[in-house]
Amino acid sequence: MLAKRIIPCLDVRNGMVVKGVQFRDHQVMGDILEYAQYYRDTGADELVFYDITASTDGRILDKQWISKVAQVLDIPFCVAGGIRTINEARAVLNSGADKISINSPALENPQLVSELANEFGSQCVVVGIDSHENNNDYYVYQYTGDIKKTRATQRRTIDWAIEVQNLGAGEIVLNCMNQDGVKNGYDVQQLAMLREVVHVPLIASGGAGQKRHFREVFREAKVDGALAASVFHSISIAIPDLKNYLRLENIEVRS
Amino acid sequence: MITIVDSGGANLASIQFALNRLGVMALLSANADAIKKSSHVIIPGVGSAESAMRRLKANSLIPVLQSLTQPVLGICLGMQILFDFSEEGNVDCLGLFAGRVRKIPSNNDQLIVPHMGWNTIKITQSNLLLKEVPDDSYAYFVHSYAAPVGKCTLASTCYGEDFSAAVANANFYGVQFHPERSSAIGSVILKNFLEL
Repeated sequence: MLAKRIIPCLDVRNGMVVKGVQFRDHQVMGDILEYAQYYRDTGADELVFYDITASTDGRILDKQWISKVAQVLDIPFCVAGGIRTINEARAVLNSGADKISINSPALENPQLVSELANEFGSQCVVVGIDSHENNNDYYVYQYTGDIKKTRATQRRTIDWAIEVQNLGAGEIVLNCMNQDGVKNGYDVQQLAMLREVVHVPLIASGGAGQKRHFREVFREAKVDGALAASVFHSISIAIPDLKNYLRLENIEVRS
Repeated sequence: MITIVDSGGANLASIQFALNRLGVMALLSANADAIKKSSHVIIPGVGSAESAMRRLKANSLIPVLQSLTQPVLGICLGMQILFDFSEEGNVDCLGLFAGRVRKIPSNNDQLIVPHMGWNTIKITQSNLLLKEVPDDSYAYFVHSYAAPVGKCTLASTCYGEDFSAAVANANFYGVQFHPERSSAIGSVILKNFLEL
């Protein structure tokens, strides 16, 4: 049976792993390769590296660390942040990344999703969506890497998810901004709503604080994977413990 | 020398790195002589069956690959194009395995496609390629098309229905999953292949 994926997300800035709360106040946590090897050895199913400065600065991602990560990892990984052209995507994939994830650039130019899918195949094109609740509905936010530039778009989250899926996205990561960094659990209601319309893999992001939050999101929102950062980095949840717990709850995870 | 057939796509580095971790170097090449002289040949999977076959044809590699006698391993799409035919672009493939590669049925959107993530492999036939690989091991899959189970199947995986996860026919081998991304088990399988 296909296992539910546990996906640590590493926010990267200037070649170091950082962590902020609600997208602010980034604090240096440590070296990328040390984190990559630690997660490889403790049973992470996949890793996401997100360059949190690239997209808002209009900078091109530094590729050297990607190749170094690819040399040590024997599990898949995805690189996000500031990829806005076919050539930038190719450089990331050529460096050894399995997938690329785009967020703000897809909002600027939705055709980029189809161009990437046509060039590299849908399976390596992930679209990240930052979603926030407004007036009892959910809207997509843009440029969330920098609090000064973060802005709401006019797009409803559900409409955008359907659109990127139709454009050829092979996976969608929904980051529920209301929940991000506050450890009260994933936004199960919003994810379940998206699950109804998303027929490609759907990954939950934002809000993990306890092991039961993973059980809830897998069982109630039927997502394919759950992404988290600080609870894994701080080892307040150790991945082997989490997987044992989920297995006892009859949720399929990779041993 | 081990050669990875250069299919012109991105994402070949991870296979090279996986071989490097086993202490071997691999050449990336679309040159017929280099491929013929190799001890082992790996056909990676990039893009669609139709585009992969088009590139092999453009490089005059179809008869070269079909006539190889050393161990050959197709990975993911590289395994699919070893079959007779693929419905991905409705294209004739290398014909080294009997059968048609078909799209994974989504069962009216009840099944998420692509099949992406870690799934178990059921070993149905013993073979040196799977030496020391326990039954029900998890491997990493990313694909929307799959090859049927047949007499060449070494291991099958169930996603909606059973499909071939690993196949062998004489010197030709294929794995639908990505051994370079399948943790320790993937490394064992690559090592087994290099020892063939």
